[in-house]
Amino acid sequence: MDLLRFITAGSVDDGKSTLIGRLLYDSKNILIDQLEALERSTKNRDDGSVDLALLTDGLRAEREQGITIDVAYRYFTTPKRKFIIADAPGHVQYTRNMITGASNASLIIILIDARHGVVEQTRRHSIIGSLLRIPHVVVAINKMDLVDNSKEVYDKIVADYEVVAKQLDLKDVTYIPISALRGDNIVDKSETIKWYTGKPLLEQLEEIHVESDVNLTDSRFQVQYVIRPQTDELHDYRGYAGKIMSGVYRKGDRVTILPQKKETTISKIETAGKEADEVFCPQPAVIHLTNDIDISRGDTIVHSNNLPFVNNEVDALLCWMDEKPLLQGNKYLLLHNSRIVRAVVKQIDYKLDVNSLAHFPVEDDVKLNEVVKAKIRLATELVYDPYKKLSCNGSAVLIDETSNATVAAVLLQ
Amino acid sequence: MSLHRLNYMEQLEAESIHIFREVAGQFERPALLFSGGKDSITLVHLALKAFAPGKFPFPLVHIDTGHNFPEALAFRDKLVEEIGAELIVRKVEDTIKQRRLTEPKGKFPSRNWLQTYTLLDTIEEFEFDACIGGGRRDEEKARAKERIFSVRDEFGQWNPKLQRPELWNIYNGRIHKGENVRVFPISNWTELDIWNYIRSERIPLPSIYFAHKREVIEHEGQLIATSEFVRPSEGDIIALKSVRYRTVGDMTCTAAVESYASTLDEVVNEIIATRISERGETRIDDKVTEAAMEDRKKDGYF
Ligand SMILES: Nc1nc2c(ncn2[C@@H]2O[C@H](COP(=O)(O)OP(=O)(O)O)[C@@H](O)[C@H]2O)c(=O)[nH]1
Repeated sequence: MDLLRFITAGSVDDGKSTLIGRLLYDSKNILIDQLEALERSTKNRDDGSVDLALLTDGLRAEREQGITIDVAYRYFTTPKRKFIIADAPGHVQYTRNMITGASNASLIIILIDARHGVVEQTRRHSIIGSLLRIPHVVVAINKMDLVDNSKEVYDKIVADYEVVAKQLDLKDVTYIPISALRGDNIVDKSETIKWYTGKPLLEQLEEIHVESDVNLTDSRFQVQYVIRPQTDELHDYRGYAGKIMSGVYRKGDRVTILPQKKETTISKIETAGKEADEVFCPQPAVIHLTNDIDISRGDTIVHSNNLPFVNNEVDALLCWMDEKPLLQGNKYLLLHNSRIVRAVVKQIDYKLDVNSLAHFPVEDDVKLNEVVKAKIRLATELVYDPYKKLSCNGSAVLIDETSNATVAAVLLQ
Repeated sequence: MSLHRLNYMEQLEAESIHIFREVAGQFERPALLFSGGKDSITLVHLALKAFAPGKFPFPLVHIDTGHNFPEALAFRDKLVEEIGAELIVRKVEDTIKQRRLTEPKGKFPSRNWLQTYTLLDTIEEFEFDACIGGGRRDEEKARAKERIFSVRDEFGQWNPKLQRPELWNIYNGRIHKGENVRVFPISNWTELDIWNYIRSERIPLPSIYFAHKREVIEHEGQLIATSEFVRPSEGDIIALKSVRYRTVGDMTCTAAVESYASTLDEVVNEIIATRISERGETRIDDKVTEAAMEDRKKDGYF
């Protein structure tokens, strides 16, 4: 049994909460007391059914306003997979939340209201998914019951979305006509949408092939913590603890330490306290080296024949996440996994319209939820890969040192 | 099956170990909040894996309500000795005296709410900048939105509206003086994940998790053990039953479930079969209002 993380995206009222509620409910992942609470808070509904949307509706402020405004995580398990859903709001003013939820997802469900078809939001959500390189897309065309389960309506939406998918170079797109409210094609195949011959949503989620999403070729490892027990029996023990971000490491591998540019050999590998001949992504590991090199938290260990970039000036897409605007020339801290480096946003090249991918010149400052292309200068060298090639080593955040807030998502280029 | 794949359990474990190492790497004075329950025992197990063979890098902090199960205390002391960690115990009783707090009254006088005061005093006393806790997002709706690194202000309060975006596996633990970060390494685990992990790793647990005979009062459908803290009154139905616990909390407000499951495998099977989330079944004070947890977190509760 493996793990699939996905995000659901849709405009307000497309039925996102109902869909998630339906997935949890029909796959029997609602626990009895939660069900009771649900029934208690379902007030006088005409048909006496439970309001599935209430299941996923978190904080009180949101309950009062009746909309999802922060990312919430939901869990459910089937005999085939464990699922983690990032439930993120879809409105443009919450782009930051959606990016947050999308950052860990390997699949995105794009919800479309069958009555409205492909709208601006659909494009924006798809663009965000493609910027963050989410490998799999499921387009769920919802509320089919409201369009008489019409195949013509469905076909038209599929054709429209194909254009978007082509433009964004989305590789793996699946379409499913559903009714979240009635449970059509969610867990079980619909009895009413007879012309649809594909799988229901849950089966699709269970079977989507995610193994090949993991990069096992370009090996990257960053030191998180140096283990030095300094006890009598472990006097000379010095191990570099971290996570295998990508690829595979073996005992005896010839490696280079960056940014020091020192070469050495892996003498021993441990994982979870036991010795191992090899470790692979995303295992935690402790790596030992034959030579005594000064290595600390944030340094990178890679195979000498497969090196990442080492630069103190980088190009990046910044998704701005703070109420305070970004000003050209401002100084920040850049946190790249476990490495923290002083940074200055030297130049803002253009603004990227997330509804159309068009470029615009930056006339004033950069506001919350805007995406820009920028040049960043760093106080010390960064060891990275382009996000497009290796997202685990191409992502970072900017931190405002005065507020300590995380102010931007950084996609290195 | 490819050789280079982890199952979901191993993936969760990997994520938790990564988080533990970030805490050790980013903070100067982290602590692990240890309640003695299965979640904090799992945390200790994960931390041992993260830092082996180095020494356990955080003290265990027990905020002691005084209403303990003796079995849980004995287990705690043995564990601390085995792993060679430092144990810090601060008692809610002392906070009540020092700060002239009012003890909750009633038949099941839970001190859960008062733990907040003792916890905040302890954080101040030791200047902890990070406190690792066993909270999980599946426990309750408000928690579903909490970050893995959750910043608390000087009053220990969580502000759900001002959370930092948490992207990829990058954790921003920078804080101002006086603030601290609550870290939840098992955020993405569900209750069943914890049990399955305990089973597959054969993690030892206090004996109260397994079926045993105990004298209990039946109170509104829940079974509460009689003890020096909970005295039966007239009209109570007292019975000797075979029971087990699913959390080890405050003896006054933790309910037992009737069970004959005496081995780890039996316990896990039974839990999977019952499918009742643990807070509903065993914590009396949570039923009060649906927003209870959200309010309490804003007040600095774990
Ligand atoms: N007829 C019909 N109504 C639906 C369907 N899915 C959701 N709805 C309704 O659409 C409204 C908005 O749904 P909700 O799940 O709250 O949307 P969200 O804002 O995307 O989370 C609610 O009144 C739902 O009952 C569907 O498949 N068919």
